[in-house]
Amino acid sequence: MNASAEAIAAKPSTVTADKLGQDQSTATTVGEITSANPRMRCREVNVWYDDNHAIKDVSLDIGQNEVISMIGPSGCGKSTFLRCLNRMNDTISTARVEGSIQLDDQEIQDKSIDVVPLRARVGMVFQKPNPFPKSIYENIAYGPRIHGLTNSRAELDELVETSLQRAGLWKEVKDRLDASGTSLSGGQQQRLCIARTLSVSPEVILMDEPCSALDPIATAIIEELIDELRAQYTIAIVTHSMQQAARVSQRTAYFHLGDLVEVGTTDDIFNQPQHKLTEDYITGRFG
Amino acid sequence: MSPTLLLFVVLAAMALAYHLGRKRAIRVVGGVSQINRLHSLPAYYGYYAALWAGLPALLLLLFWIGLQEQILTALTVAELPPEVTADLSEGRLSLLISDIRSVATGNISSGEISPEVAAAAEHYHRLEGIADLALWGLIAALVLAGTAWGWQHAKPSFRARNRVESIMMLVLILFSSIAILTTLGIVLSVLFESIRFFQKVPWTEFLFGTKWSPQIALRAEQVGASGAFGAIPLFTGTLLISFIAMLLAVPIGLLSAVYLAEYAPRKVRSWAKPVLEILAGIPTVVYGFFAALTVAPFLRGFGESVGLDIASQSALAAGLVMGIMIIPFVSSLSEDVINSVPQAMRDGSYALGATQSETIRRVIFPAALPGIVGGVLLAVSRAIGETMIVVMAAGLAANLTANPLESVTTVTVQIVTLLTGDQEFDSAKTLAAFALGLTLFVVTLILNVIALHIVRKYREQYD
Amino acid sequence: MTNPTTASGPARSPKEIVEASLKRRYAAERRFRLLGASGVVLGLSFVLILFVSIISEGYTAFFQSYVELPVAFEAEAIDPNGTLRDGVLDETEVARQLRAVNFRKLARDALRAEFPQVTGRTERRNLDALLSPGAPLQLRRMVTDDPSVIGTEQSVRLLVDDDVDMFMKGRSTPIVRSQGAGTLKLEGRMGERGDEVRIEGSDSALLPILEQARQRLNDVADELERQQGLARSDRDLRATQLERSDLLAEQADEFAREIARNERDIERLETRIQALREEATGSDELVLSADAPSFLLRINDGLIKLVALEADRARGKVLVPPASEAPAESGTWHIIELTTPEDARRLSDQQLAWVLQLQHDGLLSKRFNLLFFSNGTSREPELAGIGGAVVGSFYTLVLTLLFSFPIAVGAALYLEEFAPKNRITDLIEVNINNLAAVPSIVFGLLGLAVFINFFGVPRSTPLVAAMVLTLMTLPTIIIASRAALKSVPPSIREAALGVGASPLQTRMHHVLPLALPGMMTGTIIGMAQALGESAPLLMIGMIAFIVDVPQGFTDAATVLPVQIFLWADSPERGFVERTSAAIMVLLAFLILMNLTAVLLRRRFERRW
Repeated sequence: MNASAEAIAAKPSTVTADKLGQDQSTATTVGEITSANPRMRCREVNVWYDDNHAIKDVSLDIGQNEVISMIGPSGCGKSTFLRCLNRMNDTISTARVEGSIQLDDQEIQDKSIDVVPLRARVGMVFQKPNPFPKSIYENIAYGPRIHGLTNSRAELDELVETSLQRAGLWKEVKDRLDASGTSLSGGQQQRLCIARTLSVSPEVILMDEPCSALDPIATAIIEELIDELRAQYTIAIVTHSMQQAARVSQRTAYFHLGDLVEVGTTDDIFNQPQHKLTEDYITGRFG
Repeated sequence: MSPTLLLFVVLAAMALAYHLGRKRAIRVVGGVSQINRLHSLPAYYGYYAALWAGLPALLLLLFWIGLQEQILTALTVAELPPEVTADLSEGRLSLLISDIRSVATGNISSGEISPEVAAAAEHYHRLEGIADLALWGLIAALVLAGTAWGWQHAKPSFRARNRVESIMMLVLILFSSIAILTTLGIVLSVLFESIRFFQKVPWTEFLFGTKWSPQIALRAEQVGASGAFGAIPLFTGTLLISFIAMLLAVPIGLLSAVYLAEYAPRKVRSWAKPVLEILAGIPTVVYGFFAALTVAPFLRGFGESVGLDIASQSALAAGLVMGIMIIPFVSSLSEDVINSVPQAMRDGSYALGATQSETIRRVIFPAALPGIVGGVLLAVSRAIGETMIVVMAAGLAANLTANPLESVTTVTVQIVTLLTGDQEFDSAKTLAAFALGLTLFVVTLILNVIALHIVRKYREQYD
Repeated sequence: MTNPTTASGPARSPKEIVEASLKRRYAAERRFRLLGASGVVLGLSFVLILFVSIISEGYTAFFQSYVELPVAFEAEAIDPNGTLRDGVLDETEVARQLRAVNFRKLARDALRAEFPQVTGRTERRNLDALLSPGAPLQLRRMVTDDPSVIGTEQSVRLLVDDDVDMFMKGRSTPIVRSQGAGTLKLEGRMGERGDEVRIEGSDSALLPILEQARQRLNDVADELERQQGLARSDRDLRATQLERSDLLAEQADEFAREIARNERDIERLETRIQALREEATGSDELVLSADAPSFLLRINDGLIKLVALEADRARGKVLVPPASEAPAESGTWHIIELTTPEDARRLSDQQLAWVLQLQHDGLLSKRFNLLFFSNGTSREPELAGIGGAVVGSFYTLVLTLLFSFPIAVGAALYLEEFAPKNRITDLIEVNINNLAAVPSIVFGLLGLAVFINFFGVPRSTPLVAAMVLTLMTLPTIIIASRAALKSVPPSIREAALGVGASPLQTRMHHVLPLALPGMMTGTIIGMAQALGESAPLLMIGMIAFIVDVPQGFTDAATVLPVQIFLWADSPERGFVERTSAAIMVLLAFLILMNLTAVLLRRRFERRW
């Protein structure tokens, strides 16, 4: 727990401000932060790790049935921001979050809001596939079991099957549901984790660089999957691969040193970036 | 003290040899300004001379001290008139030898001194004098020869550093092999005596017999004069007490590990952990005293008040206190294991909306289980081998029972009892202790190997 | 939605289901958390109980009772020729001459002078028993140190017997003192000890005592019933054991004898309980026997033991004659109740009366117990000290350190830095890890078979103990040292090798110094382990009874934990206190060592 806190806390300092010039301040975000049909609405979100100001006044909407990608150089705070959306930052004792984050007009930052149902509604897929050291079946059944979503074994079986099918994994594993989740390949593991997330029927799915640990073929499969899932879910994805952002998302947000520099439709961001920093990043000047 | 004196003499000679070697190395090349003509720094020539002067002499000294008594005794015994040694059992002989030695060293021996013993002692004493003289002479010769060798090698072309380093490396290898030698020593020492024991008592009786009464009768006509060596009651007693200990230690140790690793605020953790570790640092003799003085009487009184018959040296008291001893062991091992479960596992579970306890019970705990099992096995091995608590708080009578309120005895208790009383050399009673020791060693070894293997595999999984 | 359709009832959305389950789940969460906390609390409370029990037993041992008496160092008895005072003798001659002097008589005479009325032989012996056998030695040392005391009278603090010491520390019997109300008149002869007196009280002056006594008789009966219950437990346990078929004939005989003894005990206790209960409920005169608590009456500077009691009169036996026979007014007399019955105590009422009298005269006092730290062990608790054991432990530890540190560091250096990765080094590695978990008693067997029986190393000496403990602690130190070496980053090695240092020089000059704090931490922990270890030392003769403080590495010695083990076995009450105190000293050393290790770790902890 501490190690990961340190790792995350250390990130923002890896790209130093003076390297890029202090004058390129990005106090206000370029582009349209609002969405036509917003599911989540963030306003002036600030995050500190101890004294480290990791997210600065970020405001952003995430719309229904859209895939929004967050890009930016490493340490720009995109993952941190993503973790605010289902309060995963609570698990890091040094993290402090301020500002307003709403899910369907309900303030989730509020201390009275329970993280357990929140996280059931806002699921998350992590950078490294993290299947539990249990069987494939148990990996999927875990969520429904703890929440008591099913009443019988048959229902649970069915739910496991649908989840795996949605994640496109059913055909590959249906004969070995008792095999350990860790015995799968990296790409399969990540789809298993997606299936696990789907099993509790979330409304929003957060993906934190879901393909960074995978090979190109596995990446392609996952990207396809993300596109399919868009029909039912709202998806926010953090990625360091601009191509991936371009391929899977409808909107893109560019983060830089804790600031949300620019947000807009993916086409706009990649074809006609408004901000100098965005352009530099897109064109590969740094990153 | 002749050996100590010799040791210091040799050490002084080594210092001198160092000085000589170094001086000569500088001199041969023509002074300090020229030392870069030397292959190595002058000090290495000194080290080389010192090592040659000291090491052979020290090795000789070590062997001499180890073997002198054996050889002298053998020589003395060989000189004894045959009618004295003819009909002596080994035990009698060893008594006679210790008599001779104590007469020789000027201590008054027990009983009257027979002329043979006096003569033998005289002989022994004389041999001792000769041996001492020989030792001094040999050592002096070795030191001188070694110094000369080293001194003579102090010349520019000689690769002193490499030589010194290879000698050092040899010493390091020797040190590393001590671990192997120790194991070998343990195995050989218990094995040899055990084999002699199994010549007197069949191993089947030892391993499967249910009667244990090793007290060889003092009077020949007493019943059971041969003793009974069925170790089953000792094994069950050991297991019973270990089981009670684990029953207390595993839940409490695990729960506190979970609390300290997952729940405890940093402040609580920072003082609760060291305090719990105090328990781990307390010598077992203290636990034994605590068991005998506080816990056993308390349990007995408590049992009496609720109508339970509890023996004054009940397995329960020893087991509970042993459990207290093992709590920190289980707790710290489990905590390490729990902490090494990757944060990603927790994140995965929390992201699904699991509560902390659900995450711990259903994700972290199963993930950590192999490591915890390994830790618990190590704890069991510790409980089985624990000595002082049971010596002080468990009974002596071999009692084949599963009732924790009765008194039982354990393997370690019997080893201590058999070897600390009046020892009869070579009697089945004394040898039995080594057979028990062998059993103990083998069982704990197996447990340790399994446990360490599991823990290692577990670590590798998450590294 | 993904929720599978359920056969019965309206389908609820996952959100609703989750929210409905929250209450139950949070309750489970709280229970689990509480369970975890209770584990820690239990563990901590065990530490607390252990420490409280040891300290509450042991702290009194740091003080020792002395009786301050004027001792006449008579010249004729000690130094008839005056040679001592002239200082013409050398040390051995002084010792020889003093050995012939009866210092015991000197000490006893000093005590007897306080109670001139004690005359009978048995009585005198009882009085003498109040002094420790160490008291004469004190006197002899005084004379040895300063011969000028001969011929003078000196006030000397003499050691008292451990029984008196225990009484002084309240560990022999509870004492209840109650102020008397009402006037008491004494009748009869009372100039001598043992005289019978009658005591007349006004206005039922003795009624409270009477009630108190009856209550106490019931208490004693309760206690005896408890003992009876324990005897019954023992009998029943033995009976069940006897029923088993797997007993040898001799064991069966033994059990049968023990059962018979238990039966006798139970019966004996039964009659006593009956008698006590009867006495307690009786309405007429209460007779106090030796199995009842004792009630002593302090009156007119004397002590009278109450033998029989009524509300307004009593009969008593003079233990210390009162100074006058005048009636004692209200408030000038009081009752001292010695709750433990006389026959359950090691000191009789008479002896305690003398002790009380000495205490009353301000002659008994407790002082810091230096002897406990300087003396070797002894059969007499008041003379037994941890000096010998501490010195033995010190020698053993020094040797263990000298042996184990270089070997462990060398082995760690080789295994971590130089050893090729092959099956042999693998084997060594597995071996070391296993050795760390081998029961310590097995090392004792090794020491006995190899070091003592094969190599002939003298038994009971710090030398052989250190050899055994070295083998035992080596794995611990090697493992810690290897971890320390591992934590030195490879860049250091590369830097040193890069400037042309040889591999050995690199390790000696650069890696070793950086790893040293870690190695030292491991070594201290290993030494702490060695200091507390006792099981293997039992095997190699360290349990011999050794009074003298060892002078060297090859003197017979014992060590602190083994001393604790030996004392814990002694039945005397005084040894319980001393065992606990020795444990306190041992724990203090251990905590100090561990603290040093922690501080060392903090001080030198380096993050690369």
